[in-house]
Amino acid sequence: MEHAILEERKDQVHVKGSGPFAMACNRDSLAGAVSQRACVFCGSRVVLYPIADALHLVHGPIGCAVYTWDIRGALSSGPELHRLSFSTDLQERDVIFGGEKKLKAALLELIARHSPKAAFVYATCIVGIIGDDVGAVCRQVAEETGIPVIPVQSEGFKGNKREGYMAACRAMFQLVGTGDVSDVPKVSINILGDFNLAGEIWIIREYFERMGVHVVANITGDGRVDDIRRAHGAGLNVVQCSGATMELARMLQDTYDIPFIRASYLGIEDMADSLYAVAEHFKARDPGIVARTKALVREELSKLLPELKKYRKALEGKKAAIYVGGAFKAFSLIKAFKHLGMRVVLVGSQTGTAEDYEELAAICDPDTVIVDDSNPLELSHFIKEKDVDVFVGGVKERPIAFKLGVGFCDHNHERKEALEGFVGMLNFAKEIHASVTSPVWRFVPRREMRPGIPTGMPPEAQEVRS
Amino acid sequence: MKDAPFVSTTNACKLCTPLGAALAFRGIEGAIPFLHGSQGCATYMRRYIISHFREPMDIASSALGEKQAVFGGGPNLKKGILNVMEKYGAAVVGVASTCLTETIGDDVPRLLYEFRKEFADLPLPEIVSVATPSYSGTHMDGWHAAVAATAGQLADPEAPKHDGINVLPGLISPEDIRHLRDIFEDFGLTATILPDISDTMDGPALLDYEKIPSGGTPLADIHAMSGARATLEFGRVLGLAESAGHVLSRRFGVPCISLGLPMGIRETDALFTALEEVSGRPTPSRYVRERGRYVDALVDGHKYVSGKRAVVYGEEDLVVGLTAFLAEIGVHPVLVATGGRDKRLKAAIAEACGDMVPELPSIREGVDFFDIAAEAGELSPDLMVGHSKGYRYAREWNVPLIRVGFPIHDRFGGQRLRHVAYGGAQAMFDRIVNAVLGRKQDVSPVGYGYL
Repeated sequence: MEHAILEERKDQVHVKGSGPFAMACNRDSLAGAVSQRACVFCGSRVVLYPIADALHLVHGPIGCAVYTWDIRGALSSGPELHRLSFSTDLQERDVIFGGEKKLKAALLELIARHSPKAAFVYATCIVGIIGDDVGAVCRQVAEETGIPVIPVQSEGFKGNKREGYMAACRAMFQLVGTGDVSDVPKVSINILGDFNLAGEIWIIREYFERMGVHVVANITGDGRVDDIRRAHGAGLNVVQCSGATMELARMLQDTYDIPFIRASYLGIEDMADSLYAVAEHFKARDPGIVARTKALVREELSKLLPELKKYRKALEGKKAAIYVGGAFKAFSLIKAFKHLGMRVVLVGSQTGTAEDYEELAAICDPDTVIVDDSNPLELSHFIKEKDVDVFVGGVKERPIAFKLGVGFCDHNHERKEALEGFVGMLNFAKEIHASVTSPVWRFVPRREMRPGIPTGMPPEAQEVRS
Repeated sequence: MKDAPFVSTTNACKLCTPLGAALAFRGIEGAIPFLHGSQGCATYMRRYIISHFREPMDIASSALGEKQAVFGGGPNLKKGILNVMEKYGAAVVGVASTCLTETIGDDVPRLLYEFRKEFADLPLPEIVSVATPSYSGTHMDGWHAAVAATAGQLADPEAPKHDGINVLPGLISPEDIRHLRDIFEDFGLTATILPDISDTMDGPALLDYEKIPSGGTPLADIHAMSGARATLEFGRVLGLAESAGHVLSRRFGVPCISLGLPMGIRETDALFTALEEVSGRPTPSRYVRERGRYVDALVDGHKYVSGKRAVVYGEEDLVVGLTAFLAEIGVHPVLVATGGRDKRLKAAIAEACGDMVPELPSIREGVDFFDIAAEAGELSPDLMVGHSKGYRYAREWNVPLIRVGFPIHDRFGGQRLRHVAYGGAQAMFDRIVNAVLGRKQDVSPVGYGYL
């Protein structure tokens, strides 16, 4: 273990029960450590991307736009402008002479072509260096076209994903308050921090509608500019995800006095608790809401629990590892694994805060390894040491698991399976089950060598390999 | 030069320069690709590359923050290399710059010179550096520049002459490289293939996570490239800068034999002719028979594909190879497009078509998929040939997409696709014929089960 962790990262790894809890986090990534994190631009792009009727123009060289082209499962029920990748594709001469003219021309061209409801212009690293006045160009184009054209200050090097979230929230906040809210009912919410991966926000919206709660704006899954303009009319903000949209919720509270609650739609307890919390909030205005919510949860659980049992049998006692972007998701996943009879032995996130890690430590079993801003070498080390059966993460974590012969569940933005809601819990169980119980593991080197399982290899070969 | 009237880019048909460099460095034994820039670049490229190869792809980053962007990234670069040395035990660190560090004016060669002096007491890895500003060129320019930098910086001027050959294959699949290696071995040739991603980007399941995947071009072989008998360099157009083959020829007098990507019969014949000359041996019977079987297959299948109209897009050297192959099988390329610029593509495509097509395709450089779609929509293509990013258009026009090259993000096994030599042509021909048959079967009201 000593070898796998760089000296400077030692206080970003903690083994529960190994001493008093103290964990360093929210640091800049260490140079040369192959962090799994991205950048400020990534944070902004992730949050704003699902707004489907806006133009998302990446101002910079081609890479930032092309690596984020239609890679997420964020679905739209209508326009799909977000699935196109727009860039100013800055060239050397633009870097020398400035990119403002090109930006303006590109904006005018694309707005004329696609008639978006608004345009977001993402500043990338280089724009911050060459000093393009993105704000001024946006103001000019907004005047000429009559649509909001909003700069997103997302220069990659100006921090990590978290700063990108903030920049995205500040950009969205420019839209808030510009729509008519006279017909918005009092019992209404904005859904913040859900990105409608594989249609998840539709599952959640349906629950709220069954409870009698009106949804004003999806922020941002299946999002629309006009809905965000009216977001200030909602009675409550329900915020999922660790940090992505929290800043917007705070701004809505400070400016429009709209309270917010945190929610998670993953797993059973967190899903139910989220609905109950919303019901609790509105029960003075709508006395029937608590009963309706209880009935909803009961109905969903009566469908879900018998199904889950089938999967739990095969999964009981298996070990899981979790490495995700935000720590909030990790809380829900730990609980979800408990319903499958599984133990989480390694958990971590790219951008957790001190409070997040304290809470993680509190709900974990003893000996669980907790990591912040980890990397392939650390993760592979602990996966092996803990003899993990399934790893939950994103695309960058998948080959780590697979190379070592460990099951995997993609829980990132690329996934195409809905994992939220009660039905999502079932999908989660199915996916974990499908991976963990596959016969392929008996052929991977790690398992081939386990006593009791025939390896099909001559004994001398086994000796060499052990 | 951009062959399109628009200022904005929609759905680019290229990737950024440092990605190509990072991928090329991954083909050197014991090497870690290292991006001097902000953390996001490395992470985005890792994700993009992993999704194609389904293999670990660690790219280190100097992870510059705001302070370093103002005061210079030198300290982070040095510290990053030290950390990579400590953690990965890298024998080679391949440093590629990014738009950020090129623009703030970091002088990477000078920083590395300082680094080597400052830490002369440590066992230092070989460090190769390449300038890859993402605002200049495409991932293929980055690839070629990294290969040229590796050859130029690591080949030993004192290396003794030897009988081996150098092979600079360009960006082809791990399966392609394995196939080429077999060919060279069958000719009795010792070949240094640079880079060699056949194992590093397509390795076996393992007991332990390898910090740096096994395989890649051995460092000792790279040192000896300057003493080789000849260099075979694939690519009719290559990059913007001086190619590795030219570097080896100019500096060490290693003759450079320029070939196209060996796709289809003529380009593969050219490769085998070159190998016969270099080795002094006739083509082994295995390949004579392989070629014969391929010609037999062309005859058997020609009517299914004859006169079909194809849109071909992707990296400039790849589209030249594909066009040569398609023209030979009787498919008419109607549009050949690349995101790269200033590549003299027109001449290369005309050459690849020869007199086998009724008219030359429309040839476009510096275009994106918006431009490709605008033009191809009027050309009523029957099929598309390229990487998986053309899928949205193939779907829109209801034509099959034959997935080749990189990236293939929506199908399984891109790393194992074979494109080169007679075997590769056979594999692509089978896939194209089957795609046409499949489409015919799917849209047929009869649903023939015998075609």
